[in-house]
Amino acid sequence: MVKDGTLVMAGMATLAAGTYAFRSSGQLLRAKITFPPRAARLLEAAAVILLAALVATTALTEGHAFSGFARPAGVLVAGVLAWRKAPFLVVVLAAAAVTAVLRLAGVP
Amino acid sequence: MRSIWRTLNRGVLTDIGLTCLAVFFIGLSYGAVAVASGFPLWVPAAQSVLVLAGASEFLFVGIVAAGGSPIAAALAGLLVNARHLPYGLALPPGVTGRGWRRLLGTHVMNDESVVFGLAQPDLLGKRAAYWACGLGVLVCWPGGAVLGGLIGSVVHDTNAFGLDAMFPAVILALIVKDLRDPRTRHAALAGAAIALAATPFLPAGLPVLLALAAVLLLARPARPARTVRPW
Repeated sequence: MVKDGTLVMAGMATLAAGTYAFRSSGQLLRAKITFPPRAARLLEAAAVILLAALVATTALTEGHAFSGFARPAGVLVAGVLAWRKAPFLVVVLAAAAVTAVLRLAGVP
Repeated sequence: MRSIWRTLNRGVLTDIGLTCLAVFFIGLSYGAVAVASGFPLWVPAAQSVLVLAGASEFLFVGIVAAGGSPIAAALAGLLVNARHLPYGLALPPGVTGRGWRRLLGTHVMNDESVVFGLAQPDLLGKRAAYWACGLGVLVCWPGGAVLGGLIGSVVHDTNAFGLDAMFPAVILALIVKDLRDPRTRHAALAGAAIALAATPFLPAGLPVLLALAAVLLLARPARPARTVRPW
């Protein structure tokens, strides 16, 4: 049981305020500097690269280690379906279903 | 915000709606995990509204539940959320709104709203998609977290339903259009490889930021302007 409510609240406030600062400072910088179109495209590509890295790490890892096979298998099936232009709902449900079925079958 | 509905076509709106639905389900698992690890319901409820960034909230709850200090957990969460700074850089000015609206428009910046915002061809469309998705997530993430917290005492293992596979699947489905461009795809794969290679050694969040090094693959040096040399 988590006991110290005040400390938890302080942690929460730190996380909330800091996250807002990150959100706002990128926008403030963007408003101050005029980027040439090529640089603006690079910034968009950077966002896609960040998101791809986020997909890879959340699919394949848990903490500092491998997440087990069930989750990445589900995400892989979702990726193939998305690539073949399956509807969004099918893609996301397939990820959860494949992962759930594999776990039911005893795959970690 | 009435213009949102007139600016976006039905396909985009459906995708935004389904994304928010998926976020709701991920929120369910977040609330359930938080309550199952010993937090009172108000923690996931308040955090889901005030932080509004799923991955960092999961991490915060996980670290504190494992006996870590909430301040250390907050710093770890901030590392995970540092990617919002480059997100803010990527969004053209005006997308997050002007004046007082911008306060809210900044807060609803997240992985999903940024992808939808960037995907639209013009500024009006970008703004509409960004706001529709951002506000949808602002409702669905806390809604899911609270409901998940309420049922958390009943259902203990939300991973059994494969809910943890939904977040990467949602993001992957959202960026797959960008990945059809070979150069972007190569850079994204390189970035993913960098992040995975760094994960065993670095604190959470840092590997994803390191992936930004892959942008260098896209920043090709300028073509030599003249082929004739003066000597």
